[in-house]
Amino acid sequence: MPDVHSLVNEFILKLKKRKVEGSQATARLAAVLLRSVISQQRIGYTNQAGALIDAVKAVGEQLVAANPVEIAVGNIVRRVLHIIRDEDLSLTTAAMAGLNLSAVSDDDDDDTSPDDHPVLSAAAVAAAARSTLRPPSLQSLLEDMPDSAAVPHTSSSGGDSEGKSKSADKNSRSRKLKHDVIEAVNELIQDIDTCHEQIAEQAVEHIHHNEVILTLGSSRTVLQFLCAAREKKRSFRVFVAEGAPRYQGHLLAKELVARGLQTTLITDSAIFAMISRVNMVIVGAHAVMANGGVIAPVGLNMVALAAQRHAVPFVVLAGSHKLCPLYPHNPEVLLNELRSPSELLDFGEFSDCMDFGSGSGSPLLHVVNPAFDYVPPKLVSLFITDTGGHNPSYMYRLIADYYSADDLVLQRKAAPST
Amino acid sequence: MGAQKKSASTVAARTSDDPEELARVPLQAVLLADSFTTKFRPITLERPKVLLPLANVPMIEYALSWLESVGVEEVFVFCCAHAKQVTNYLQSSPWFSQPNFSVATIESHNSVSAGDALRLIYERNVIHGDFILISGDTLSNMSLTRALQEHRERKKKDSNAVMTMVIKRSKLSPVTQQSRLGTDELFMAIDPDTKQLLFYEENTYHLKGTLSLDKTLLIDNPSITLHNDMQDCFIDICSPEVLSLFTDNFDYQHLRRHFVKGLLVDDIMGYKIYTHEIHSSYAARVDNYRSYDTISKDIIQRWTYPLVPDVLLLGSSATKLEREGIYRAYEIVQSRSAQIGPLTVIGNNTRIGNNTTIANSVIGKGCSIGSNVLIEGSYIWDNVTVEDGCQLRHSIVCDGVVMKSGSVLSPGVVLSFKVVVGQNVTVPTYSKVSLLLQPTKQDSDEELEYADNNSDVEASSIAGTHNNLNGELTSDLSEMQGSATEELGSGGVGYIWSICEGASEEEWRHSIAPVPAEKLVELSQTMDDDLDFSNQDGNAPASSGELKPGGVSDSDDEDGDANNDSAYFEKEVVFQYSIAYKDVFPIFLNNTANFSLQVEATFLRAVHENVKVDHVILEVNSLKLSYNMEFAACAGAIFYSMLKLVLGTPYNSSAELYNAVINVINTWQRLLKSYLSGKDEEIEIILKFEEMCSESAKELSPLFTKILCLLYDKDMISEDAILDWESEKKYAEESDRVFVKQAEKFLQWLREASEEED
Repeated sequence: MPDVHSLVNEFILKLKKRKVEGSQATARLAAVLLRSVISQQRIGYTNQAGALIDAVKAVGEQLVAANPVEIAVGNIVRRVLHIIRDEDLSLTTAAMAGLNLSAVSDDDDDDTSPDDHPVLSAAAVAAAARSTLRPPSLQSLLEDMPDSAAVPHTSSSGGDSEGKSKSADKNSRSRKLKHDVIEAVNELIQDIDTCHEQIAEQAVEHIHHNEVILTLGSSRTVLQFLCAAREKKRSFRVFVAEGAPRYQGHLLAKELVARGLQTTLITDSAIFAMISRVNMVIVGAHAVMANGGVIAPVGLNMVALAAQRHAVPFVVLAGSHKLCPLYPHNPEVLLNELRSPSELLDFGEFSDCMDFGSGSGSPLLHVVNPAFDYVPPKLVSLFITDTGGHNPSYMYRLIADYYSADDLVLQRKAAPST
Repeated sequence: MGAQKKSASTVAARTSDDPEELARVPLQAVLLADSFTTKFRPITLERPKVLLPLANVPMIEYALSWLESVGVEEVFVFCCAHAKQVTNYLQSSPWFSQPNFSVATIESHNSVSAGDALRLIYERNVIHGDFILISGDTLSNMSLTRALQEHRERKKKDSNAVMTMVIKRSKLSPVTQQSRLGTDELFMAIDPDTKQLLFYEENTYHLKGTLSLDKTLLIDNPSITLHNDMQDCFIDICSPEVLSLFTDNFDYQHLRRHFVKGLLVDDIMGYKIYTHEIHSSYAARVDNYRSYDTISKDIIQRWTYPLVPDVLLLGSSATKLEREGIYRAYEIVQSRSAQIGPLTVIGNNTRIGNNTTIANSVIGKGCSIGSNVLIEGSYIWDNVTVEDGCQLRHSIVCDGVVMKSGSVLSPGVVLSFKVVVGQNVTVPTYSKVSLLLQPTKQDSDEELEYADNNSDVEASSIAGTHNNLNGELTSDLSEMQGSATEELGSGGVGYIWSICEGASEEEWRHSIAPVPAEKLVELSQTMDDDLDFSNQDGNAPASSGELKPGGVSDSDDEDGDANNDSAYFEKEVVFQYSIAYKDVFPIFLNNTANFSLQVEATFLRAVHENVKVDHVILEVNSLKLSYNMEFAACAGAIFYSMLKLVLGTPYNSSAELYNAVINVINTWQRLLKSYLSGKDEEIEIILKFEEMCSESAKELSPLFTKILCLLYDKDMISEDAILDWESEKKYAEESDRVFVKQAEKFLQWLREASEEED
């Protein structure tokens, strides 16, 4: 077994150096990493869920700090935390059911000592349920207790024999919890792996005969989506905007042509001219925020505005790992990343303009190369996630399904201090 | 358990990869944590250059991060000056505990140059394969994969390809070259097909616009490209042979000046250096204060992405990028009225007072900056105190400096560690202030500078100092305070290093202050002058660019170029042009055959166009030079073409043929004679003649003796030559002696004649 610590460090380094590209890959790696964190975490007999949550949070905090722009990492950390809480709750309710059963048996046979049974008072179960599935009360958000998820210790303590049996039971329960959590994380990983296919399956419902689709840049989700429609014998045309400055649209056009799709490549600046001939805009996203806004490759806001002007549906494809429970005005969310100007210009040609030695010493030329755009929710017509199509205003509901409100704040402080 | 199984299987996959990884040699790198120059004095007297902060991160971090990111697994950090500081720094940094990346230090206290360093590394025997050689002040974000692959492929084909140099295009007019990086102009000749480096000349400044290339360069290479728009990135991929080369040539000191040039000049061993040009990525080296300034700004403008302040580097604190390129650490106390301008970095725990203006500057950690301060284009390191009303323009302020209220730093000032500037003192331009005394002798124990052209300036500045204090660096503070107060005002601590007259002329080149306007004018003036000069000159680059040694066409003008052993190029005009030798000479393999072909062509043209004999001689001379031939070969070739001409004309009998020969020889005897300066040439003619008769022109064979007689009569061939030829042939095979036999009578007569004379 590799040391978890070194695995974590390795991943953090990769994130820092921006070596992992694409939300899907990042999300998958993060989920795999968290799974090994969970499987290696030694948990005591009490408060297992709390221990797991703390461990995952500690790692998650580092991961998020390593590359705050890659929102998928934070999403996965929160998803895993939610899974732990969920599993813990279902175990507790199962135990409660067992208690009820034992209570019934107690009624049947009074001779057996009540100490033989795991005694979890109904009150304790209720408390556990409250702590794990508690709605975000103002108090809990303000206090931000580190062990907010702690299952309250059962108050009843009997003789040695009782303690033993309880611990044995606890032990099996803890193993059960861990096992369940890992199973659930595996499912999550599988979901991430298959999200493209799941989204692509819905392609036929959205793309119809003789339609013209416009997309910008390159996204694997979009590629698979279009190809799925093609495989279902839909004939349609695709306009690909090249997506300066990285020109990934060129790659997408190549791939599409290789799969027999009628493709037209246009410059980004020609989008407005072409949009009136387009039936639907289908694009990928970097992240989907809680309000239904989209962080997407640069240039997409322009496309969305053009689409709105001509009443063309603007459809965003996003795997559920891209769903972020935060709002774009949250200071924790780093909306953008500025990349190297060398993607725009050739350093050799322009080094004359960056001459600091002559004149006032300040360069007259600035190059700004942002990686992302923010598309407000009102410009988005439809989200297609692996669970189906959703309206932007429905995003908050999906988020409530995937995340616990307790986990929204991962970092103790907004600013990591050194 | 599914999870464990899966992670176990990934482990298995890892180990199964291992044998492959073991088979290949881990990529190694040598990082020279010492620049072996004195350009950063006085700062480098107290702290090694690689630990100086560049946008608040020590330079060595950039170099190591880059090495780590390109997949280097083992780095040897060679420390010389301040070795302890470097090792201490590395020990406290997380570099020693990285997975898959090992850093080891090699300390040396008696190495004075990169050459010494590499010799020491060779002795340690730690380098086993190709390695990357960079100095600790280099930063880059290039990907090495392609360069490495190219290097390895070349190495496989040709074991003499020992080094690949990384270069980057950077469009530099002579003005910006100076003002951007503050380095001397660099001139390279590269083979455009193979990317082999053929010529490397830095410091062309003193050459006054001309550059001389070795002529053999032009002969040996079908085409070359000349560049003065390339920037040397000082990143080299070397084969292990490089280390042994340094050991073999113990006088190699400087990597470029000695090693690269040495290899280029030395054609005995035939080692080759290739170049790899990078386009979109960044690479540069902090060579002097000016490039420190430029590279800092390049970092702030994100050319070095992802090595930028807000993307977390190891060891730096979290920084947030705001609009207009302002990088701000999280814990900063800043007055509302303070104005932070564009392209500025501000470190953690720094306090900035009211109405302070900061622009284009880098401010370190824990500084406290008072009110009404103006900071422009300056680099302020950690824990600096700047009191109210100070003004700093284009200066470097090191750790722990205190500037009392109202003091002013003029452009180009460097304040070394812990200097105190007194109240209302104005530090003059280009002055360097340190707590340490200026060393009076060259051989200070900190950084030794070996003699080279570049250091002349500094050497003279150091030698010419009027500081009468002996070279011992005393650290007696009270004494210093006593002697330094008058320079830096009341309460000031530090010595202003004196600049002697000669050096101040050069000071503006390397300083971080903007180049003064009059110097810019001067620079562009000299450039214009050079242009004018080249326009006036008849042999302007346009014609020399086409330098055709063949001279097939009208070559009257060209002998000027060809007669010189080197070709002159006007570098300002010709940024890059290739000389298409291939077009002129389709076949370049057989030099001699080609030469005779050319001579024949020239001769025939002369015959048909009635060119004057003198002109023909000139042309043949130029051919001779360009092919590097002997006179004998010329004579042979001319004689051959003469006979070829004879054979070309129609004839009926051998008598007619003989007459034709007499005619031709009569007309062109002056040409032939001018190449018959001695016996060797004459013998060569006979041999050539003999060869012709036996091979290509059998018709002439019956006339051999007659023509030999004729040549003798015309005083072209002396009897000595003929007799020598005979004695040479004495022991030859029978078939070779046919013509000797034919000429037996003539020889007999010659011998008798000479005996009679005796």
